Amino acid sequence: MEKLSFRLTATRSAGGTRAQAMVGVVASGNLEVLLERSVPADTCTIDIATAAHGFDKVWDAVVRDFVARRSAGGLRISINDGGARPDTVALRLAQGVRKIEEPER
Amino acid sequence: MTAVTANDVSLSWYEASARQRIDALVDAGSFSEFIGPELREISPHLSIFDLPEQFDDGIVIGRGRLDGAPVLVAAQEGRFMGGAFGEVHGAKLTGLLRAARALKQDLVILFDTGGVRLQEANAGELAIAEIMRAVIEARREGVNVVGLIGGRAGCYGGGSLIAGTCSKLIISEQGRLSVSGPEVIETNKGIEEFDSRDRALVWRTMGGKHRYLIGGADTFVDDEALAFREAAITALKVGTRCDVTVLEAEQARLERRLQRFGEAEDAVEIWQALGIDDPTDVPALPTGAFLRAATNRENADDAR
Repeated sequence: MEKLSFRLTATRSAGGTRAQAMVGVVASGNLEVLLERSVPADTCTIDIATAAHGFDKVWDAVVRDFVARRSAGGLRISINDGGARPDTVALRLAQGVRKIEEPER
Repeated sequence: MTAVTANDVSLSWYEASARQRIDALVDAGSFSEFIGPELREISPHLSIFDLPEQFDDGIVIGRGRLDGAPVLVAAQEGRFMGGAFGEVHGAKLTGLLRAARALKQDLVILFDTGGVRLQEANAGELAIAEIMRAVIEARREGVNVVGLIGGRAGCYGGGSLIAGTCSKLIISEQGRLSVSGPEVIETNKGIEEFDSRDRALVWRTMGGKHRYLIGGADTFVDDEALAFREAAITALKVGTRCDVTVLEAEQARLERRLQRFGEAEDAVEIWQALGIDDPTDVPALPTGAFLRAATNRENADDAR
């Protein structure tokens, strides 16, 4: 298992009021993303545990693109990866910020 | 209290995730999770094998409401390691069953499992035994434990043993229920005994229709979350007993069934013996027609 950690500055903070959200599942070519609202509003941390070693540069590009394009401030994001492709990772991250914005019932 | 509302979006049970199934099963917005992913109660064994972990260890447990009534819910995620039972996964279900007994609250188990997780085999086998005991102890206290089977991984191995202890089982055509899976039988007994690549053979031997016809499951539903919800509501309304009389009746029923169908070479022969007009057509029948054709099915009413 390769572990990667990123701490990035986010210009937009995540919307909504939910404390946490969960998307995806750990399976071949898939990943789970847990989002928790527990860091300062201008920060986004992303911790990754991945079964595919040696892709740190790709992860770096994907998470930086995500934080630049989505409202990710204030989120502590934890990822368990089963070897997902970069487009799947980007999709799950986008689904995650959308889910934590959903109104609470 | 707000009015009871179901989530009315059409959702394939087979395709859905464990969390989606729970959301669609219980009254809208009523679910609260125990030991959620934020607690990171992960398997202590998978890292030894350098395998990826999942924050909920492949099972979601909690409480919710079903048609207004409180209910405990456990849902396996069949896509994570085939929904298999490990130490933490099993302990979460055992704990929930013990809570069901203590609180005298009914429980539904959304099965989606290949059985025991091989990487933590001893812990997994122990978990199966503990869960079966906890199911029986809860049922002895009058608690209903209803199993729902219709996931990708089916309900195999230790999962099928647990299903056997439930008070009622609800199954869809896609749901498969069997102790040994197709590949296991082929590996141990040879391809002449069971060709695991023959999908039609797999479905007619282990699939939901056959299980319903031979009394291995109590209710047959479409592969639709709302159908599972309605069936679960109905199943929980029927109070069940679990005592020696019931078990003896089940034993007698199984002996009768073995005598009646034990010589059959294929499921189709059993369907014919059940008096179904065109037994070879069973796999193609839509739900309504299938249920009409199944009027003379074996049933497990004595035992459950």
